[in-house]
Amino acid sequence: MKTLYTPTPLVSHPDEVRVISKRFGQGAQDIDRYIQLDGYKAARKALEMQPDDIINEVKVSGLRGRGGAGFATGMKWSFIPKQSEAPKYILVNGDESEPATCKDRLIVEYDPHSVIEGVIIAGLAVGAKLGFIYLRGEYRYLLEILERCVADAYKKGFLGTNIFGSGREFNILTHTGAGAYEVGEESALMESLEGKRGLPRLKPPFPAIKGLYGGPTVINNVETIATVPPIILNGGKWYVAFGPNEKNGGTRLTCLTGHFNKPGVYELPLGYPGNKMIYDVGGGIPNGRSLKALVPGGSSTFLLTREEAESATMDYDWFAKRGEFLGSGGVVAIDDQTCMVKVALRIMQFYQHESCGWCIPCREGTDWLKKTLIRFHAGAGQKKDIDQMLYLANNMAGRTFCALGDAAAFPTISIVKKWRNEFEEHLDGRQCPFERSTERELALA
Amino acid sequence: MQFSPELEQRFQKLVAQYPWKRSALIPLLLYAQDEVGYLSDEVISDIARRVDLTELEVRNVISYYSLLRTKPAGKYVVQVCTNISCMLRGAEEVFDRCREKLGVDHKEITRDGTFSLEEVECIGACSWAPAIQVNYDFHLNVTPQKIDAILDQYSNKTKQ
Repeated sequence: MKTLYTPTPLVSHPDEVRVISKRFGQGAQDIDRYIQLDGYKAARKALEMQPDDIINEVKVSGLRGRGGAGFATGMKWSFIPKQSEAPKYILVNGDESEPATCKDRLIVEYDPHSVIEGVIIAGLAVGAKLGFIYLRGEYRYLLEILERCVADAYKKGFLGTNIFGSGREFNILTHTGAGAYEVGEESALMESLEGKRGLPRLKPPFPAIKGLYGGPTVINNVETIATVPPIILNGGKWYVAFGPNEKNGGTRLTCLTGHFNKPGVYELPLGYPGNKMIYDVGGGIPNGRSLKALVPGGSSTFLLTREEAESATMDYDWFAKRGEFLGSGGVVAIDDQTCMVKVALRIMQFYQHESCGWCIPCREGTDWLKKTLIRFHAGAGQKKDIDQMLYLANNMAGRTFCALGDAAAFPTISIVKKWRNEFEEHLDGRQCPFERSTERELALA
Repeated sequence: MQFSPELEQRFQKLVAQYPWKRSALIPLLLYAQDEVGYLSDEVISDIARRVDLTELEVRNVISYYSLLRTKPAGKYVVQVCTNISCMLRGAEEVFDRCREKLGVDHKEITRDGTFSLEEVECIGACSWAPAIQVNYDFHLNVTPQKIDAILDQYSNKTKQ
């Protein structure tokens, strides 16, 4: 089956700081072009460094997991035992499925060798000889690009039994998934790569101790791993300085989606002001409307009201102080003509579809919430349903093996709490003030 | 089961390359489906043998993954994302236009077997919404008006 490849559109804004996106649009799929643009210099440098120094440089950089959880990358690497009988592995998570998140796709499309180089460096840091790059099944065209690039790296001797002539060994395998959001959770990702259903594992043991094939495993998001080469090349201090403080270092790809005049993927420094992101970079809200709500980082995060979004600082600390999450970089603007009950419903429809059914609070909770929201949006909601939804969502959060239960609960809790008036407007058989339920929506009930 | 020589070669490479053979299972299933159209009993039994699993174990895995199917689909599977970012930019109208144009609903196949239609979850094209995928081809920034021309490209391919 031939896959059609049309380059994904790129955007730019003067406030962008290009670390990860530096080579976007410059033909860096080609290995020689990548080398010309400082490619594989960091891997050569890492070969001259002690493993602990590599890890330390990443620690200093303040780099945190860009998949959404925001765990400190250097710390994660340092958990890998120095001595291990079982082989160690690097696993790159390219199962990008968090709604509104479309950044890893651009990295693999426009700078695939940065991912390969990042995996090599991670391998040197923890003493692994084999790395896997797992891409979601829908990203077939990216898998084809990546397969070509890995083959090119082998031809140059950057991968194999004697990488860069150092006498050291490192290999990479690319791998396709087959459609599953839950596989983005790290233990489910390992299960999937082992050829099983993507059910999450009980933790501990954590992957750093007992992961893929029972060996210590580093699992990093595509963007995280692609950020490693520039950090090694220029130093952790150089990278951390782009952000406001040592815990919020560097830049990240921010995917502006939904009701923006200028949607696109922009590389913004951590700590970028929410109002500038919305009105300056994103060009504001189309059709003369105003912002009602903002999803800050994928549909699993707590939604912000307009006032909150405009005063937000896009870094981990600002959200953590509120007990909320910065998330995955997938930002959704929602305008004032959108029904928030419908938004809650569409988000829940997704989690209900993706719940694997292993944990009862998630399996039952997502299903009941979806059914309640469909009924509500159709005008058959009851007043007590509003608190019932909060009760259900609160009972899912923190009570499941993996974060899917939390991911379904958080947006629901924030929407019901912050836009309770919109739920009340749907009571007593009143029609949705914005739009009617579609027959398709009702068929789901 | 007779697969094409290219696929047979790819299968042998996949089964040999992982620390555990079973890791090849999901790629084997997906590539087989790409060639055969769906995972028939014959395909399942063949693949189970290659990775030393029972057919039941293979079916157990198939039922978890949304891209894998055990029933035939159209030659071109039209997948319309209606998740949040696409929905806000008119994905439901795009899906409705596909329904009208093809005369089929969610998970149905056109009578001539050329197309099947599916409403799907996020396909990672959120900044270029609404987006659809036809088999593995992405079409970004689509509108109901653009749908006809996109689908015609594919139906013309089958006529050639």
